[in-house]
Amino acid sequence: MGIRFILMVNKQGQTRLAQYYEYLTLEERRALEGEIVRKCLARNEQQCSFVEHRNYKIVYRRYASLFFLVGVDNDENELAILEFIHLLVETMDRHFGNVCELDIMFHLEKAHFMLEEMVMNGCIVETSKTNILQPIQLMEKSS
Amino acid sequence: MASTTSSIMDTLFQRTLEDLIKGLRLQLIGESAFISKALDEIRREIKSTDPHTKSNALQKLSYLSSLHHFDMSWAAFHVVEVMSSSRFSHKKIGYHAASLSFSDSTPVLLLITNQLRKDLTCPNNEFEVSLALECLSRIATTDLCRDLTPEIFTLLSSTKIFVRKKAIALVLRVFEKYPDAVKVCFKRLVENLDSTDPHIVSAVVGVFCELTSYDPKSYLPLAPEFYRILVDSKNNWVLIKMLKIFAKLVLLDSRLAKRVVEPVCEHMRRTGAKSLMFECVRTVVSSLSEYEQAVKLAVVKIRELLLDDDPNLKYLGLNALSIVAPKHLWAVLENKEVVIKWLSDEDPNIKRESLRLVMAMVSENNVVEICRVLVNYALKSDPEFCNEILGSILSTCSRNLYEIVNDFDWYVSLLGEMSRILHCQQGDEIENQLIDISMRVRDVRPELVRVGRDLLIDPALLSNHFLYRILSAAAWVSGEYVEFSRNPFELIEALLQPRTNLLPPSIRAIYIQSVFKVLIFCLHSYLLQRESTTSSYPDTSALSELASKREMPEGSNLATFKAPSHSEQDEVFNPRVSNQSSEELFVGNGGDRTMSHGQTSTPVTSENSFTYEAVVNQLNLIELALGPLTGSHDVEILERVRNLLCFIELIKGEILESLVQKEENLNSAETKSSKIIKLMSDAFSEELGPVSVSAQERVPIPEGLVLKENLNDLEMICGDIQLPSSISFSLVSTHYEEGVGASLLDLQIKEELEPPSEATSLLAEHRKRHGLYYLTSEKNDIVANDYPPANDPKLQDNQNNDTEDLVKLTEQLLVSKKRPNQAKPRPVVVKLDGDVVPVSAKRPGPKDDLLSGAVQEVLLGSDTRTSTSRSNLSDKSSSKRKGKEKLITDPSSELNENLGDAEKLDHENPSSRRSKHRTHGKERRHKSPRKIREEREENGQKEKKKSSHHHARHKTRQRAEVPLNVVSETPVIPDFLL
Repeated sequence: MGIRFILMVNKQGQTRLAQYYEYLTLEERRALEGEIVRKCLARNEQQCSFVEHRNYKIVYRRYASLFFLVGVDNDENELAILEFIHLLVETMDRHFGNVCELDIMFHLEKAHFMLEEMVMNGCIVETSKTNILQPIQLMEKSS
Repeated sequence: MASTTSSIMDTLFQRTLEDLIKGLRLQLIGESAFISKALDEIRREIKSTDPHTKSNALQKLSYLSSLHHFDMSWAAFHVVEVMSSSRFSHKKIGYHAASLSFSDSTPVLLLITNQLRKDLTCPNNEFEVSLALECLSRIATTDLCRDLTPEIFTLLSSTKIFVRKKAIALVLRVFEKYPDAVKVCFKRLVENLDSTDPHIVSAVVGVFCELTSYDPKSYLPLAPEFYRILVDSKNNWVLIKMLKIFAKLVLLDSRLAKRVVEPVCEHMRRTGAKSLMFECVRTVVSSLSEYEQAVKLAVVKIRELLLDDDPNLKYLGLNALSIVAPKHLWAVLENKEVVIKWLSDEDPNIKRESLRLVMAMVSENNVVEICRVLVNYALKSDPEFCNEILGSILSTCSRNLYEIVNDFDWYVSLLGEMSRILHCQQGDEIENQLIDISMRVRDVRPELVRVGRDLLIDPALLSNHFLYRILSAAAWVSGEYVEFSRNPFELIEALLQPRTNLLPPSIRAIYIQSVFKVLIFCLHSYLLQRESTTSSYPDTSALSELASKREMPEGSNLATFKAPSHSEQDEVFNPRVSNQSSEELFVGNGGDRTMSHGQTSTPVTSENSFTYEAVVNQLNLIELALGPLTGSHDVEILERVRNLLCFIELIKGEILESLVQKEENLNSAETKSSKIIKLMSDAFSEELGPVSVSAQERVPIPEGLVLKENLNDLEMICGDIQLPSSISFSLVSTHYEEGVGASLLDLQIKEELEPPSEATSLLAEHRKRHGLYYLTSEKNDIVANDYPPANDPKLQDNQNNDTEDLVKLTEQLLVSKKRPNQAKPRPVVVKLDGDVVPVSAKRPGPKDDLLSGAVQEVLLGSDTRTSTSRSNLSDKSSSKRKGKEKLITDPSSELNENLGDAEKLDHENPSSRRSKHRTHGKERRHKSPRKIREEREENGQKEKKKSSHHHARHKTRQRAEVPLNVVSETPVIPDFLL
């Protein structure tokens, strides 16, 4: 399993999106998110985007007020994950138009839908923005 | 009726998710109150019969569970209800809730199998299929996987790319949960590798990347397919995954490495994407490190990364460098400056990586310089990183019994220096090393005692509880090797200073025991001195006579030594003097305390150190300082204090008397007390040596001793007693009879020889140590069976010879102030057979033997059981599938055509190659089946050319049910790399 989880957390440390690709209990999730937020949010812009945590590593990137954190296995390619985060943000940008934290808050299900198109079972399965957004657009049209 | 109304009301006035989020943001009544109110609503709404209300409630619940961690397991049944809704938007909410909240132990999982099957086979809505696939990829259990394998198998060849790629990604979980699915699905998965659709290839490669990382061996036969993708693919995501696969595979087969190294380098040179470039670098440094050219290229790229401003690239550069370090240290050395520069980077992660690399560079030639640099960094760093630096210095230097340390004097003083660093929290480790070194390396003991004294004498250190363990080691060393001390009285005072009451009892007990040892030494020396004074009366003792003789050749320097000696003594006593007032406060009746204090403060000249007054003062001091402790509640302290005080009681009378006798009757010095002192001194000078870990095993178990008695009851009684940290030393019997006296005398002589100024005293210690206590190399062998004998007679001889050379040596030393490192042989470090160098950890076995077994079976195509189970399954689903089941036979020929240029390899002896192969594989026993199969190929009955294949490879297809005679074949990995 390459990607273990994807989190979006705002500057205040509130989770805005959490997607896990392995089962964790609520307690484990709460603890994990707390630890990661403490570790990553304290870092500044001049520091690198990779943090080792427990037995995996976290690749994160900050966009405006939102942190995108991806937990990956140790042998995962860090730069590829950074590109993946960027792709995710671009995709959301294309859909919402200048995406911001509120968009993700109020359209969480769409954000999840995009992620589901991109990542399955911890593997990245789709990297084309058009393909990712196609089902959502279809769904919006039909409803 | 009532319920209907309420449900209508609910529907009309139900809060949507959006309302909920808005309410949360407004927080009029506080978050927790708001949420509990919302949860109450949800509990009511979710029971509604209206699907819209129900799904809306579930959506809100999922939101609260996902982001606010509220339990939603109670709603599992409602999730199933919503999943089975006919409207896609509701279904979607249901599936999302299921993948969020279901675990293996969720009971309702049993209810969803049919729903999932229905959705997986839904003919006209690929989005429903995709929903089910996604959900399965998160929640699939063994049962679900088993029951739904046929459906998933069908989807693996779906014409809809959108569905097929998801089915492929799902297969990973299916294999993991239900390895038998491999027999059904694996071939179709492999076929997808040849797909022309990039999405499919990308998904399959992702799956194989994961599979390979668990158990690379099983996928070696697929190397030709992988190789083709590696060469042909233009997709960086795919290439990165491919490189990961090959990083694992080439470790198993060197010929594969030979073939892969060129394309990897090509990608590294050509690509503009940093991620792909870095993956190439990582593959080369981790798996292709024997290929000099490739490594050189990789190091060039690493250097580019290191010099980049982007901290991410910097970090990765360091990371890659630390992978390459063990095999190609030159790569690190080439970038030494950059690496050390990043030691002061503002990112702790980068600093840590850089520290790791610096430690990788350490060798016996540069350990001194590097540690100097690192300690300077430690002084400047924040506490956390400071301790990381110290920790890595300690672990690196102690590796393999201090393998890289040549100059133990330096190392011991470094330990002392590290203890004084403000943030140092490495007390335990430093303690262990101090004691370990003291026992293993004889030659360093004088320096150890000096370092220990410096630590003990500083009252400021007593306030830092991280240092207590170090102080305890210092106290122990000072007591054990007090004969090397230049001023034992000073030690006693240091060990008894008032601030020692800050120490925890266990360590204080060690202090007191050390006082005991030092005192015995003082008294013993005093007695010896007195005896010798009586023998050669006229004023100068034999000792001082000897001493002055020794000093003669340096006569001209004598004057210069004298002057600094005083200043040094002053310095030494400064901390104590400054502390004097507090001491007086502490000792209520400070009267004779000050007296004794004043007297000991006068510099104890080395010549007449053990004067009568000094000894009596010490006795008084000890009684005074320890008196209050006789009421201690700690049993260790109490026992040691009692021992010490009773001993003083025992001898004090006679010592005092001896003053009176001193003038007249010195010959009859054989008093009771001196006998006791001698006895005690003998006891204490017995040397403690390191004990082999396996020593206990060699002790035969006495008859009648029940070792395995169940002592569980004991835990009830002493459950709260903490075991002491294990320090492996114990009393050993040694040949001390050979003359403790003599050695003591010698030592004293040396002590007196010592010119007391700091610089020269250091030199003198070098001189003193030089060759004196060398254990001969053959002795090391003896050590393996026995303990190192202390005060070996041979050694004593050496000692005596060497003392004569001391003068000459000192001269040499004075000429060349600093001895070059190489000139100094490394002192002997006592090794025991128990000190096993930790062997690199066993490689973890394949994560899932079942899975790899299944994969190998399928890839080697030889299991009849497989084919039967397969046909069973295929009966259930479409029958046309049967024909498509193919066995991959002899991919070697494929690669031959594929790669063409492999003729060179053909000249190798094929049998040797195959045998090499067999060592890699698990289940390869036999080499004949290949021939048999080739013959069958020639028959051509079941053979079809796969014409569509653009690489013109041919694969033989065999109907699963046909080759009954294949049963006899044992599986073999085809030699696909020919």
